[in-house]
Amino acid sequence: MTDIKADHVLDAKGLACPMPIVKTRKEIENIEGGKVLLVEATDQGSKADLKAWAERSGHQYLGTVEEDDVLRHYVRKASEGETEEDVSFDQKVNNDELKQKLDSDQVTVLDVRESAEYAFGHIPNAISIPFGELEDRVSELNQDDEIYVVCRTGNRSDMAAKLLSEKGFENVYNVVPGMSEWDGDVNSQ
Amino acid sequence: MSVKTMNVQEIAKRVVNNEDLFVLDVRNEDAFQDWKVEGENFNYLNVPYFDLIEGIEPIQDQVPTDRDVAVVCAKGGSSEFVAEQLVEAGFDNVYSVEGGMKAWSEHLEPVKVADLKDGGELYQFVRLGKGCLSYMVISDGEAATIDAVRMADVFINFAEEKGAKITHAFDTHLHADHISGGREIAEKTGATYWLPPKDATELQFDYKPLEDGEDVHIGSSKISVQALYSPGHTIGSTSFIVDDQYLMSGDILFVDSIGRPDLAGLADDWVGDLRETLYKRYKELSDELIVLPAHYMTNDELNEDGSVGKKLGELYQDNHGLNVEDEQEFRRMVTENLPPQPNAYQEIRETNMGKISPETEKKREMEIGPNRCAVK
Repeated sequence: MTDIKADHVLDAKGLACPMPIVKTRKEIENIEGGKVLLVEATDQGSKADLKAWAERSGHQYLGTVEEDDVLRHYVRKASEGETEEDVSFDQKVNNDELKQKLDSDQVTVLDVRESAEYAFGHIPNAISIPFGELEDRVSELNQDDEIYVVCRTGNRSDMAAKLLSEKGFENVYNVVPGMSEWDGDVNSQ
Repeated sequence: MSVKTMNVQEIAKRVVNNEDLFVLDVRNEDAFQDWKVEGENFNYLNVPYFDLIEGIEPIQDQVPTDRDVAVVCAKGGSSEFVAEQLVEAGFDNVYSVEGGMKAWSEHLEPVKVADLKDGGELYQFVRLGKGCLSYMVISDGEAATIDAVRMADVFINFAEEKGAKITHAFDTHLHADHISGGREIAEKTGATYWLPPKDATELQFDYKPLEDGEDVHIGSSKISVQALYSPGHTIGSTSFIVDDQYLMSGDILFVDSIGRPDLAGLADDWVGDLRETLYKRYKELSDELIVLPAHYMTNDELNEDGSVGKKLGELYQDNHGLNVEDEQEFRRMVTENLPPQPNAYQEIRETNMGKISPETEKKREMEIGPNRCAVK
């Protein structure tokens, strides 16, 4: 769990409450929507507070890893439009349909969320390629596979499915809504 | 900008005297609902500090200007942060509580319960933040603690101020809701640490087995501390009769409720013992004994002087838990619909056994939250 990727790091070690949250709030303003901020803190209370603060302010609290008395909190900045129902790719399935597919067939699940989101909980055996890297890494996927693309709410996966379709993938499906309401098996790493 | 502060002694005074206070608690909502500063005439507003980072506008109209406002958080940092903003906005009646809930949880208010024979004294240490009660018997330069809580130095220093040396540290049972200070007191003062042997089977350090009928004398005036085996909360639970007048009942009998037997997951096995202790063993004792328990649940149980205690005879009249005739009903009452287990109770037990030795900071965290070991 030590190598979870973050786009920005905020060092709040040694700072007592309220400073870790005050600094996080300030730092997140300088970050692009959808990017992941790692907050390193030593104040034990920062975990519950950061989680509650993120929920209130619309950001996505991903999780916390504790190591050698340092709490490493991962937060993903809210991004515009992600919560809207704006999925236009026509091949789509819902969570339950994907669950049935997983039980029966040999299918590929492609998780296009940020790697930190993936690290704190993903469908077992899902391949992780964040949407921002998909164009460059498309060769890692097999065009003949039946691919189910998943993200948190169905939005990034919609864009990813379109991109794959343009690249000639035919058996591509967007999973809606995705991980935000996934109640099947989950692995974390 | 300087912010006025209020210490936990001041808050304790207001609790005991039923004085007025407006408490602005800026911790998380979960933390507040779980546990807060309780006072008869206190009013509350809970808004987490992280909702006030942008400014105090959301609460500006809800904070009174005509009474003292105590801003409290977990450790004192965030309350200062919020209090500062209130002061800037023109409030001059706002105080930040020094050390926050951490300090509140650790504050012990010593109350003299009685003068004993030949100049002896009996003190009760009221831990207002958690509802724990500890005791010290002082006689002729010697002192004994009963159910001393984690803050060992408070007891050691108190005895020193009274010109006494602690020679015995008793625990009525292996505690699961708070960390005992008995072992540390013994280590620092050379006192003997006593624990009932049936609760000590997994103990990792030296102790003296506290057997039924043991009679320890404190000081040359020989104030007697008599052990009375009274199982039910734990299998070893033992009470003390001090100076033939005071019954330290541990977690077996409280002023307004009775102990519960399930902390070690053995509710069904211990119900019979609890029934026997409360309905037989205690009943054979004098009605005139003053019951001094190891906990209280609400501030209603505080006497006017801030102490907690009541005559055994009165408890047999008024305490519901002592007046359940039907055995099956009693069994149901103490095994069903129990309140949630105390926070970290398993770790607390292991600490009290000496199996784990957490750092002070970790110990503080383990004790966070209210006490939950009685049934109504």
